[in-house]
Amino acid sequence: MKAAVLVFPGSNCDRDMAVAFQAAGFKVDMVWHKDHALPEGVDIVGVPGGFSYGDYLRCGAIAANSPICGELKAHADNGGYVLGVCNGFQVLTETGLLPGALLRNAGLKYICRTVPLIVETTDSVFTQGYDKGQEIQIPIAHHDGNYFADDATLDRLEGDGRVAFRYGDNPNGSMRDIAGILSANGRVLGMMPHPERAADPAQGNTDGQAMFSALGHALERVTA
Amino acid sequence: MTMQEPAITPDLIAAHGLKPDEYERILEIIGREPSFTELGIFSAMWNEHCSYKSSKKWLRTLPTEGPQVICGPGENAGIVDIGDGQAVVFKMESHNHPSYIEPYQGAATGVGGILRDVFTMGARPIAAMNSLSFGEVSHPKTKQLVNGVVEGVGGYGNCFGVPTVGGELRFDPAYNGNCLVNAFAAGLADTDGIFYSAASGVGMPVVYLGAKTGRDGVGGATMASAEFDDTIEEKRPTVQVGDPFTEKRLMEATLELMQTGAVISIQDMGAAGLTCSAVEMGDKGKLGIRLDLEKVPCREENMTAYEMMLSESQERMLMVLKPEKEAEAKAVFDKWDLDFAIVGETISEDRFLIMHNNTCKADLPLSQLASTAPEYDRPWVETPAAEPLADVPEIDGIDGLKALLASPNYSARNWVFEQYDSQVMADTMRIPGQGAGIIRVHGTKKALAFTSDVTPRYVQANPFEGGKQAVAEAYRNLSAVGAKPLATTDNLNFGNPEKPEIMGQFVGAIKGIGEAVAALDMPIVSGNVSLYNETDGKGILPTPTIGAVGLIENADDAITDTAREGHVLLMLGACAGHLGRSALLAEVFNRTDGDAPHVDLAAEKAAGDFIRANHDWIKVCTDISDGGLALAAYELAEAGDVGVVLDPTDTPTLFGEDQGRYLIACNFDQAEALMINAGKADLPLVTVGKFAGSDVVIGGSSAPLSDLRDTSRATLPQLFG
Repeated sequence: MKAAVLVFPGSNCDRDMAVAFQAAGFKVDMVWHKDHALPEGVDIVGVPGGFSYGDYLRCGAIAANSPICGELKAHADNGGYVLGVCNGFQVLTETGLLPGALLRNAGLKYICRTVPLIVETTDSVFTQGYDKGQEIQIPIAHHDGNYFADDATLDRLEGDGRVAFRYGDNPNGSMRDIAGILSANGRVLGMMPHPERAADPAQGNTDGQAMFSALGHALERVTA
Repeated sequence: MTMQEPAITPDLIAAHGLKPDEYERILEIIGREPSFTELGIFSAMWNEHCSYKSSKKWLRTLPTEGPQVICGPGENAGIVDIGDGQAVVFKMESHNHPSYIEPYQGAATGVGGILRDVFTMGARPIAAMNSLSFGEVSHPKTKQLVNGVVEGVGGYGNCFGVPTVGGELRFDPAYNGNCLVNAFAAGLADTDGIFYSAASGVGMPVVYLGAKTGRDGVGGATMASAEFDDTIEEKRPTVQVGDPFTEKRLMEATLELMQTGAVISIQDMGAAGLTCSAVEMGDKGKLGIRLDLEKVPCREENMTAYEMMLSESQERMLMVLKPEKEAEAKAVFDKWDLDFAIVGETISEDRFLIMHNNTCKADLPLSQLASTAPEYDRPWVETPAAEPLADVPEIDGIDGLKALLASPNYSARNWVFEQYDSQVMADTMRIPGQGAGIIRVHGTKKALAFTSDVTPRYVQANPFEGGKQAVAEAYRNLSAVGAKPLATTDNLNFGNPEKPEIMGQFVGAIKGIGEAVAALDMPIVSGNVSLYNETDGKGILPTPTIGAVGLIENADDAITDTAREGHVLLMLGACAGHLGRSALLAEVFNRTDGDAPHVDLAAEKAAGDFIRANHDWIKVCTDISDGGLALAAYELAEAGDVGVVLDPTDTPTLFGEDQGRYLIACNFDQAEALMINAGKADLPLVTVGKFAGSDVVIGGSSAPLSDLRDTSRATLPQLFG
C-alpha cells in the first residue's frame, strides 16, 4: 500500500500529509515537482497544502503545469486515487482533474479556524469511515477557499453525489457551502479543510483520522 | 551611465545619522577622508540598530548563562538545550519603523528576518509569535496599520509555513505615531548540527545565496535608528519588500546544504545587508574579507557599490564555504532555483576590501568596523515614584467584566490570530488565545511552550517592577501549561535614549528583567533593542517585550484541558487587591494612577513549581494577569463553554492585578488533594467559585456566557474588519 506526496518548492503541509498517511499504514514516497515519473506501484497521490510556487499568480496555476502534474493526471486517468488538500485542491482544479475554481475568501481575509463539516456522502474510499450527515470538526487555513462553479456544474456535482463535504457554517463564501468534491469516478477528492491537522490525539482533535484509516483499509484490500 | 559619487560634506554625514564626533572618530581610524561607500559602511555599522551603542553597557548586566544555554546573545539567535541531542533556537526582533511606514511589507519582512536568524543557525523554524502595539483605535492611522501589519505577518508566515502560536496586541495613544511590531521565531536543531557566523581559513570562498540584490531598503538600519517626523512618508523606499516563497526555498536549501558539510560559517543578510553580514563573519573569525561586487546577483541595472553594500533586499545569505564542496553546494541551490555566486574570499589581513569592476570602493580595517563602534554611557535619571492610587469606586462585577471584554485591549483576539496559520506542521497542541502556545517536538514525546509578555503601563509607572513583571508573567504563562521555563529573549522598545528620563526607564527595566530572569532561571539568550521610538518628541510607553520558551518533558502532561460543569475554581497565590495601573482603572475609569504591582520573585517561583509538581491533579489552569480574577475566570469559562459563579464580589479582589497568581479548575477530590499539598508548601490556595450552568454570576449580577463571548469577539472585527 503506497502513497506518494508531491513536493512543490512552496509546499508546507507535505510532511503533515505524509505523517497522516504513514499513521494509516501507507509507505510514503515524497516526489519532487521536477520529477517526470511517480514511483512504481503508487496507489494514492497526495497533493499537499502550502503555496506551491508562491501563489503570487492564481493559486496552483503554475503547479498545475509542473512536470510531475503530467504524471498526476495520467495516474488519475488510469483510475488511481488522489487526495488534494487546500493548495492541493486548488492544484486539482487548475489541472482540470476536478471542476470549478477556488476564489478569494468572501471576507478577503486569510482564515485559520476549526470549522464544522457535514459529511455529504459515504460512498467513497475517503468518506466511508464516516456516517452520512455526520458533523465533524476540521481546521481550515486558507486565503482562497471560496469554491466557485457554474450552476450546471454544481447541479451535476450534487446530482451525482460528488459533494463530499459541506461547511456547517460557511466561512469563505463557497457556493452551496461546498468544502470538498469528488471526481466522477469517486477516486479523486479535493477539499480545502485539513484532515491531516486532526489526525492525532496530540492535536486535540481526531475527526480527520477516519479519512486516512478508511483509505488505508480500502486500499489495503485493493492492493492485497 | 556612471554615477558621480557625492562629496563628503557635513550635511551628507548628518544624513547618514553620524554625529560630528563619530565622524571625527572615522577620520582617526582611517587617517583620511572616507569615500562615499565607506561613509555608508560606517553609517550602517555604527547606527544604533546594529551597534547597540546606547544599550550595550546595560545589556552586559543581564544574566545570559545557565547549564541549559548552548549559545547566548551575540549570534543570530540564542540556543537552548532541550535534551536528547536537540536544541531550541530562538530570538525576538523589532520591525517598528518599517511597519509604521509601510505596514504590510514592514511586518512581513520583520517575520522574514527573524525566521532567517533562526534557520541560519541550522534550525528549522517550528513556531512564531508577534507582539504588536498600536495607537488608540480612534486615531486615523490605526485601522490601516492594524490591517496592514496583521496581513503582513500572516502573509509571510503562512506562506513560509511556520505556525504562529502566540503574541500580543495592545492599543495606547502613546503608540499613535510609532507602532511596535516585535516578531519572535523559534526553531529546532540537533545540537551537533548548529552553525555559527565566525569565518575560518584564509582564501575560502565567500558565497552569496538566495534572492537578488535590489535598491530596496538602502539605508534601512539608519532609518530605523532615527526619530520620526513629518517627512516620514519620504522614507518609504527604505522599506524592503518580502518574498516568503523565496524565503521558504532559501530555508530548505540552507538546511539541505548544511547536511552536506560544505558550510564553514553562515550569516543572514538582515539590517545593513552585505556590509553587516560580511563584517560579522570576518570579525568573529579574526579575518579580512574581500568582495568583488560585480559578481553580486543584482535585480536592477547600474547598481553602485554604495547601493549594493547597503541594500536590505530580503531572503539573502552569505556563507563561507569549503572550496572542495562548491559543486555539491551549487547543485543544492540549483535544485531550489536560487542564486548562488562566489562574490569574494576571506583574507589574512585585517581589511574590508570592496572592489567593483576592479576599482577599489572601500578599504577599511575590518576589526575596527565592528569593535570600535561608539559606545555611550548615556546619562539617566531614575523614574520618579508613581503617584499614589486615589480611591477607586466599587463597580458591579459583571459591568466591569463587560467593559473589559468590550475594550480593544481585553477583548477576544480571534480576529487577529485567525489570520495566521497556527497549525501548519501539524504539531500544534494549543493554538493562540489561551495563554502559551504549545508545539509538540516532532517525532518525540516532548513539547515546547511559547509566550510573549509585557505590561507597558506597569513599566511606565515603575520600570524596575515592570521589567520584573514582564518576565514573571512569561514564567506564569509557561508554568500554567505545565512547562518548565527554559530561557528568554528580550525585545527592548524605548524612546530616545539621549533623554535622561527615557534612559532611566531603560536602565530600570533592564535591572528588573535581570533580577527576574536570575531568580526564575530564565537566562536571556538573545534579543534586540529598538530605541528612538518617538514621533515629534513624544516617546512610546516603555515596552520591553519578553519572549520565553518552556519545555514539557512529556507532552501528555501538558495542561490543556478546559473547565467543565461541576468543577471548582481555585486561586493559587496571595491577593491583596492591587488596583494601581490595572486594566480596570484604565478602561473603566480612564485613570493611570498608582504604582505597578510588586513582583515577589520567590513567590512566583514557588507557585510555578507547585503547578508543575501537581500536574497529576491540575488539568485546567491559567495565570491571573490583566483584568484580575474576573477576566481570568471568564477566560476559563469561555474556553470550557460553561458558566461560572464567583464567590468574591468586591472590586479589588475581582479586578486587582496582584502577581504570582493562577486559577485552577478541577473536581472536588482533586481540590482536596491540592489544598493539602498547598498547605505543605505554605502557599495560599482558596476556593473562589465553581463552574455551573451557562451564565457568569458575580454576586447579584449575571450575564449569559454567550452574550459576553459575543461582545468580546465582536470588538475587534467591528473596529477593524
